[in-house]
Amino acid sequence: MNPPTFPSIPVETTPSVPGTLTQRVMLLNMGPSHPAMHGVIRIVLALDGERVEDADIEIGYLHRAFEKECEVVGWGQAFPYTDRLNYVSPLINNVCYAMGVEKLLDIHPTERCAYIRVIISEISRITDHLTCIAACAMEMGAMTPFIYLMKAREYLYELVEELTGARLTVSYVRVGGVKADLPAGWLERLDKALDLVAIEMEEVDRLLTRNRIFIDRTKNVGKVSSDVAWSLGFTGPVLRSTGRARDLRKDEPYLVYDRLDFDVPVGTVGDNYDRYLVRMEEMRQSTRLIRQAIRQIPGGAVQVDAAGHPLTGAQMVDAAKMGMTADLLLRTVRPDPTLEGTDKTSAHRVNAPDKTTVLPPKEDTYGNIEGLMNHFMLIMEGEGIKPPPGEIYIANEAANGELGFYMVSDGSGRAYRVHCRPPCYYLMQGMDRMIKGDMIADVIATFGTINMIAGELDR
Amino acid sequence: MTNGDSSYPVTERLRARCGDGVIECHAHRGDETIVVRADCYHQAVQFLHDDPECDFDFLSDLTAVDRWKLRQSPRFEIILHLYSSRRNARIRLKTRAQDDAAPTVDSIVDVYPAANWPEREVWDMFGVRFAGHPNLKRILMYEEFVGHPLRKDYPVNKRQPLVEERHIPDDRAGMMF
Repeated sequence: MNPPTFPSIPVETTPSVPGTLTQRVMLLNMGPSHPAMHGVIRIVLALDGERVEDADIEIGYLHRAFEKECEVVGWGQAFPYTDRLNYVSPLINNVCYAMGVEKLLDIHPTERCAYIRVIISEISRITDHLTCIAACAMEMGAMTPFIYLMKAREYLYELVEELTGARLTVSYVRVGGVKADLPAGWLERLDKALDLVAIEMEEVDRLLTRNRIFIDRTKNVGKVSSDVAWSLGFTGPVLRSTGRARDLRKDEPYLVYDRLDFDVPVGTVGDNYDRYLVRMEEMRQSTRLIRQAIRQIPGGAVQVDAAGHPLTGAQMVDAAKMGMTADLLLRTVRPDPTLEGTDKTSAHRVNAPDKTTVLPPKEDTYGNIEGLMNHFMLIMEGEGIKPPPGEIYIANEAANGELGFYMVSDGSGRAYRVHCRPPCYYLMQGMDRMIKGDMIADVIATFGTINMIAGELDR
Repeated sequence: MTNGDSSYPVTERLRARCGDGVIECHAHRGDETIVVRADCYHQAVQFLHDDPECDFDFLSDLTAVDRWKLRQSPRFEIILHLYSSRRNARIRLKTRAQDDAAPTVDSIVDVYPAANWPEREVWDMFGVRFAGHPNLKRILMYEEFVGHPLRKDYPVNKRQPLVEERHIPDDRAGMMF
């Protein structure tokens, strides 16, 4: 590989006057894996003393061929891959991918499902911002905010785990719906968790927002102007920190965002401090959104039908294995994250009624031959979801900005082409401009507030 | 997703500008799509960006599709997703790289600086060259990688030879430290 060239910098200025020092531009490789930066990325810095003269950003260290893999498996089987795009807010990736396939199929999720998707998207936005601010503060030497924010994130991860059965590799959303309805009492617990998160956030607010060291490290550092950010394809909190109020939830509302009331926080100068403030405020707005969604969500919490002898998912599987299927039709299943517990009493509330794309309730899969065949056909390779030929682009407001999917279907059971537009791809493209002129230590701070996620950057 | 206003006037305006350079236009699931000939591509992009009626000031996405398996020719299609913040409208612009053996289209980095990395990615993954790109080198794969992995004739389980350990230059002329 050729070394990167920086044509604008003089390689060596040698004033060979006796008694003076020779000035040289120093090249420093930061990364691919640097202890002060989260994620794999290599930044080649051209340094004049401690000042960054120029930078070359090299990506691709975590390339996992997401797009090629999507062409190999069925439409519905790509969800686990989307989890791993942005591993601190996997639910948003799930939602966006599902919305894309639904647009291809022209089916619509139920209202309750749309509310569930809004709630999980906003939970993901909070966990994403919490992680970003925590990591960023820690990289600048502040350990306490990191621990407080991780604690706050834990409250939400516990709920995510209860809902999906996993903390990071959730695969919760399905084409046409979601895996299972909310567990009983989950919304109340979410409400309480948000209070606890707010307490931790206020602590961190007191620790950082007026902290002299934090302000000195972030204010007027990593600045980017609104026009440059826009021309480079920036979206999300980084764009909004420059004062541009672009938010897909407002501009191109999807799901039920048009029914909910929230503000889009913007910054003024587009520096690291603004990005921190924007993220803090966005978490408060997300809390507001979740609270409204909890009040508006139709159908209420799932109540297991007492007359139908509820049984757990594990018990039902055991019964089916022993051939005791006749009784299953009369029973209902308690949603159970260990089994994909979409049960008969709630399936119709969270899933579209389309039998050619949506898995049947578990009682039917285990209890009668039609349900079993329906399930089997959808899971079987090349037989599952078959969108008509066509192409779509879908975008939603992920924690980091516009997350887009371009999908092409040729009418078969597999995607002909899936392209993911990751928000931080465009942010990293502009990072060299943001760090030019700053100090080398500021690279860490700027990198932190951009919130690069290697999984979605390299895909 | 909603479109702020209908994009059909955009097609008409582009047709008036590029003549028969506009090959086809259609809307699938509400996504307006215009396909232009490769020789009008740069002109069309410039027009969509500059024209006050169109005013597409934001490039959301640039990618490509290999149509080899669909038995369509030309093989490589470049897809642009543009957004107009003033009109809150989106449009998809497509063009097809003429030569299947050495596909090349014009780079649009001079119109949309955001196209820099996506064009490098399309070169890396599909082997489509962009004439006039300031720095067209691989971005996701390593320099020694043979072939372009998102082409349909690139097998998903193909192995690559081990490459020699590469000297990562600490500096350009042994100046450092």
